Amino acid sequence: MRSILPVLTVVAAILVLWCIAVVPMNMHLVADQAQRDDLVVAPDTPGARQELSGLGLSLRNAHLIPLTYTFKRPRLPSPHQVAGELYATTVEKKITSKRSLVYHGWVTLEPTLLGFVIGTALGIMLAIGIVYSRVMDRSVMPWAIVSQTIPILALAPMIIVVLGSMGIQGLFPKSIIAAYLSFFPVVVGMVKGLRSPSAMQLDLMRTYNASGYQVLMGLRLPASTPYLFASLKIGIAASIIGTIVAELPTGAKAGFGARMLVGDQYGQPLVSWAALFAAAITAACLVGVVALIERVLLRQMGMKPA
Amino acid sequence: MSLENTPVITARNLDLTFETNDGPIHALKDVSLDIGKGDFVSFIGPSGCGKTTFLRCIAGLETPTAGEITVNGMTPDEARRARAYGYVFQAAGLYPWRTIGGNIRLPLEIMGYSKADQNERVNRVLDLVDLGGFDRKFPWQLSGGMQQRASIARALAFDADILLMDEPFGALDEIVRDHLNEQLLQLWARTEKTIGFVTHSIPEAVYLSTKIVVMSPRPGRISDVIDSPLPRERPLDIRDSPEFIEIAHRVRDGLRAGHIDD
Repeated sequence: MRSILPVLTVVAAILVLWCIAVVPMNMHLVADQAQRDDLVVAPDTPGARQELSGLGLSLRNAHLIPLTYTFKRPRLPSPHQVAGELYATTVEKKITSKRSLVYHGWVTLEPTLLGFVIGTALGIMLAIGIVYSRVMDRSVMPWAIVSQTIPILALAPMIIVVLGSMGIQGLFPKSIIAAYLSFFPVVVGMVKGLRSPSAMQLDLMRTYNASGYQVLMGLRLPASTPYLFASLKIGIAASIIGTIVAELPTGAKAGFGARMLVGDQYGQPLVSWAALFAAAITAACLVGVVALIERVLLRQMGMKPA
Repeated sequence: MSLENTPVITARNLDLTFETNDGPIHALKDVSLDIGKGDFVSFIGPSGCGKTTFLRCIAGLETPTAGEITVNGMTPDEARRARAYGYVFQAAGLYPWRTIGGNIRLPLEIMGYSKADQNERVNRVLDLVDLGGFDRKFPWQLSGGMQQRASIARALAFDADILLMDEPFGALDEIVRDHLNEQLLQLWARTEKTIGFVTHSIPEAVYLSTKIVVMSPRPGRISDVIDSPLPRERPLDIRDSPEFIEIAHRVRDGLRAGHIDD
């Protein structure tokens, strides 16, 4: 609980900066609208206003500042507008509605979790292969690294299109992209974790004439648990990003990614912003759940988190 | 005791050379030694004299480049597969995710003992090292000395006749060390095991051993083997007796000689 205060301080600072930025960001739009509504605006032609910066225009039209916080289609919505939209689309809408963020959240969450499970399983298996086989160490690791240097935004539509042409649609293609992003931290963390036992601990196993499988189950896997959880926390956040990226360029009809795109295309920034925040909150909750499981499990194992 | 004359470990002209980037290192050169059944043999010498390397050769953790070594009449590797010895390392090396009981159970699980047998053995060896009732504690809840005792219990759990100990009390303070030395002697008397013990403390070597092997470095070799005339029953104050001091002198001379001809 001691970490609450610093976190709140940072949040407050961000909110203050955000509120300050709202005024100059929206002033041009607000001034145009104000003129249509027969309010006094200086200067009084749109062309002249374009010459001025957002800040300059705000200083000359201080009376319009309150309007920048409530403008309907703002360039930068104010915090309370985003909060209001979030509230309206989560609590007030029925979750069966196509405009409910809970509905869209579930559409995104499902492939995220499936992708996370696939990515984690793949990551652990690859890590075991890399640790136990020199050939895999030499051959797989470089490709795992290369795989993460390819821009996922370019790769995602290709995967979706290729899988689509094979008749695979819906949940699975999105999961593949989520898994693509989440397997990597698991591989890196697990390789380090599986190699973490000291030479002495490995020698001890040799004096027992333990088999490779027994060394894996009795020593390497339990020793790597703290490393695994550090990776899982990164992996689950990467998973949800992967799913959203998969939703963006592919004309998905539902999901956080689809909502962000819809808001952009139809000039409803509030929709985009609400989806953005909902996605961030969901990701934070997922990381929190993983952290909670980590604490419980490590305590049960008598260990302290790495 | 006639038992002492049966050698369980014999080494003949053992050589071990490590190839490193800076050229070969002679870790062992022409090492020959017999260890009889029920012996308590200490290996003493400065660092780099090959005492740990020799112990690891007995355990089959290193392979000599030349010479012959047998353990219970087998090669060290066969002896390792037959689980002929328990090995205690410098650090306790208990698994932090297992309780004390769980740590002692580890070799038993690997070797496939039944659940009931496991429990019986855990309790027995914990009593042997005076840690009865600690089986549910985690390692971090125990002091360093207690952890090392637990690691000895772990090496005893599967009843190997040979116990190999590599500076097991090196990291502990003098008082704890004295206490553990005394306990180790009692344990040796009760279990009649053959013990190989690496140390660089002269009083520890003299107090514990029936045979003291003095080694010297570069190349690692045996410079003196002392059969101790001390009785098997040894109270701590035996260390003030003239016999004890005389042996300690001889060990010290052996160590010094090793340095001079270097």
